[in-house]
Amino acid sequence: MIPELGHYALVLALFTALVQAGLPLAGAATRNTAWMAVARPASYAQLALILVAYGALTWAHVVSDFSVANVVENSHSLKPMLYKVSGVWGNHEGSMVLWVVMLAAFGAAVAAFGRNLPPTLKARVLSVQAMIAVGFLLFILITSNPFLRVVPAPIDGRDLNPLLQDPGLAFHPPFLYAGYVGFSMAFSFAVAALIEGRVDPAWARWVRPWTLAAWSMLTIGIAMGAWWAYYELGWGGWWYWDPVENASLMPWLAGTALLHSAIVVEKRDALKTWTILLAIITFSLSLMGTFLVRSGILTSVHAFAVDPKRGVFILILLLLATGGSLLLYSLRAPTLKAGGLFAPVSREGALVLNNLLLSTATATVFIGTLYPLFMDILKLGKVSVGAPFFNATFIPLMVPMIAVMVVGPLLAWKRGDLTYALKKLMLAGAVTVAAVLWGVAAHGGPVLALIGIGAAAWAFFGALAEFAERIRLFRGPLSDSLHRARHLPRSAWGMTITHAALGIAIAGMVGTSAWNSEVIRAMKPGDTADIAGFTLTFDSIQQVQGPNWKADQATFTVRRGDAVVTVLEPQRRSYSTRMMSTTEAAIRTTLFSDLYVALGDPDTKTGMWTVRLYHHPLVPWIWAGGVLMALGGLLSLSDRRFRVGAPTRKTAAQKGKAVPAHAHPAE
Amino acid sequence: MTRKKRRLYMLLLALLGLGTATALTLTAFQDNLVFFFSPSDLQTKGEQVKDRSFRLGGLVEDGSVRKLPDGVTVEFRVTDTQHTVGVSYRGQLPDLFREGQGVVAEGKLRPDGVFVAREVLAKHDENYMPPEVTDALKRAGQYKPADTRASAQ
Repeated sequence: MIPELGHYALVLALFTALVQAGLPLAGAATRNTAWMAVARPASYAQLALILVAYGALTWAHVVSDFSVANVVENSHSLKPMLYKVSGVWGNHEGSMVLWVVMLAAFGAAVAAFGRNLPPTLKARVLSVQAMIAVGFLLFILITSNPFLRVVPAPIDGRDLNPLLQDPGLAFHPPFLYAGYVGFSMAFSFAVAALIEGRVDPAWARWVRPWTLAAWSMLTIGIAMGAWWAYYELGWGGWWYWDPVENASLMPWLAGTALLHSAIVVEKRDALKTWTILLAIITFSLSLMGTFLVRSGILTSVHAFAVDPKRGVFILILLLLATGGSLLLYSLRAPTLKAGGLFAPVSREGALVLNNLLLSTATATVFIGTLYPLFMDILKLGKVSVGAPFFNATFIPLMVPMIAVMVVGPLLAWKRGDLTYALKKLMLAGAVTVAAVLWGVAAHGGPVLALIGIGAAAWAFFGALAEFAERIRLFRGPLSDSLHRARHLPRSAWGMTITHAALGIAIAGMVGTSAWNSEVIRAMKPGDTADIAGFTLTFDSIQQVQGPNWKADQATFTVRRGDAVVTVLEPQRRSYSTRMMSTTEAAIRTTLFSDLYVALGDPDTKTGMWTVRLYHHPLVPWIWAGGVLMALGGLLSLSDRRFRVGAPTRKTAAQKGKAVPAHAHPAE
Repeated sequence: MTRKKRRLYMLLLALLGLGTATALTLTAFQDNLVFFFSPSDLQTKGEQVKDRSFRLGGLVEDGSVRKLPDGVTVEFRVTDTQHTVGVSYRGQLPDLFREGQGVVAEGKLRPDGVFVAREVLAKHDENYMPPEVTDALKRAGQYKPADTRASAQ
């Protein structure tokens, strides 16, 4: 009964979304206040209905209702409760329901918090948001119904893919989706602005918090995914330039560009058409990511068995959303009035350069990811594009990006003074040179790693130098600097933290990619192996029993010289239901490095176990940097100017232009 | 600075960016494209992949996996049911590597015709078949669609 209720709620949500997509839009066009006012209750109702559906599916998973096909295929009665709950989104159908939950939640949030939005804009935003919801609800109901029943119901389920039964991956999809779907907000605002025919600083101020929230979530999602790949797949790698990974990186890069260009619209009323275009592109890339992941069209290490029909449906959605919005863009963008002028050397100039580099980088990732598809369609052979391609194109674009990223904030709006900015960065420059020299002395290369370490130091210390400049550190009494720091807007703090955190993350990427060491050995209990100054003794192996798995667990004593450092216990788990085994690596994390042990297959004849040992310098900095970047974003989000009723269109009245929307009092 | 002049600057910058990206991409493509071959492809195109890294895909032949005495090198054969290629790989095979299932490996051909894999691609789902492998099997006329949703309905 409850699954049917969920299914019914989903159908009702579709019809609510249809109403929400149509009426408010028509109301905004004809200035019908009553029709526009439908948007708000409709978006609440849509969220409530989708939550009912989501709740029904979760309930079926939690109580192990094996008459539901989705539960049979992805759950097992013995599965721990955490994974029964996370298993809801650990499969295609459920994850699409989570997708629409997020979509509806963002829409309802605009309805609830966007009280100072002009009614027409708000009506149009919610209507566009509902159009996306219609597409995805149709997708779920037609191709991916999670509530299908099985007759007769089996006694137990087939369990969730063991690789997904992991705390890191349990929460990776919600964050990733919150990011992907969050960019729909920027998209809806952009399309609404195009329909409305006006983009101004107030618009940028409304759209920026949503973009910032989405970006922060996506950052956490990507960092969690990298972390999971690192410890769960037993390879010690965190990024493969795999199509599925690139699918999340592209919206992230475009979203980063969007965040920065929206600042220029907000502060200087310039770059409007570009910002609108970026908003459309960012969400289109999110949709494309969903398409790539869900269609299985490209070979990926992260792909799951898929149904090709679904890919076609998402492709149609993607074409409709992107094509429709770009058509609207081409019709309306030329009518948007260009704003403030600026010199090439200025903060705007730096942000433009940053945007160019980021979008070029997005384009190279796009080409590299989709190239195999083009080759295949044109029958030119089957190829794959791997890490060397991306290293050769992406990194050369990121180096100038980071160089500019540090200088930009020190330039004034309109016309900046480059010599002044560089003078303020002398100390940071000196530290950067020192870091590179340290790299030469300690490791002697490779060149790419030295450049990377330099970029990391420049990003980190450059961000600090800019902050010190802002609070006039060492140029007056310390109390004055502290006072200034306390009163800095949170967005300034956010920027410093995020920019510095990027430096931390880059250092981690460089350290682990260039200076890691690896030992693969066949070992039996009693053997020892050396790596990076540690001696590991394989003490014993024993059987361990878990709720739905059993494992061989090895005990390694780690010594440095004669002193025992720690004991590591890697496992090789086998999940009986799916007859799958997973590698549970044991990792000793310190501030500066990871010692990583993974247990492989035993050789039944000799009793030897394949053991892989890794020493990864600086790898924890990648996760720390990612989390700090997201925190910086969220801190900036809590800035006063986004919360207080600041974003109002003051200029409209001054310009003497009658804006009919303002004639209606806000609800 | 006038509006026109600024637009010109922006355009030049954008073109510069585009040009750099194109140049980077083209040079990178020249060196870094990795072709995919099935064992049958190798019979006809074997010459052109000499000394080049490529991807080999097919099914892991039943009963062909064996570990060498050093304990860390594994040898197996990859087949598309028409032709077969021997593969040697040093290291730990991914968790979902199975005999009779699809596999994609990246590496080079040794002069004796054995494919030395630098990397055996991992996968997350036992039912997942890389599209190239599906295709290679189809061309060999041996593709049986996997019954991935056996229990539904």
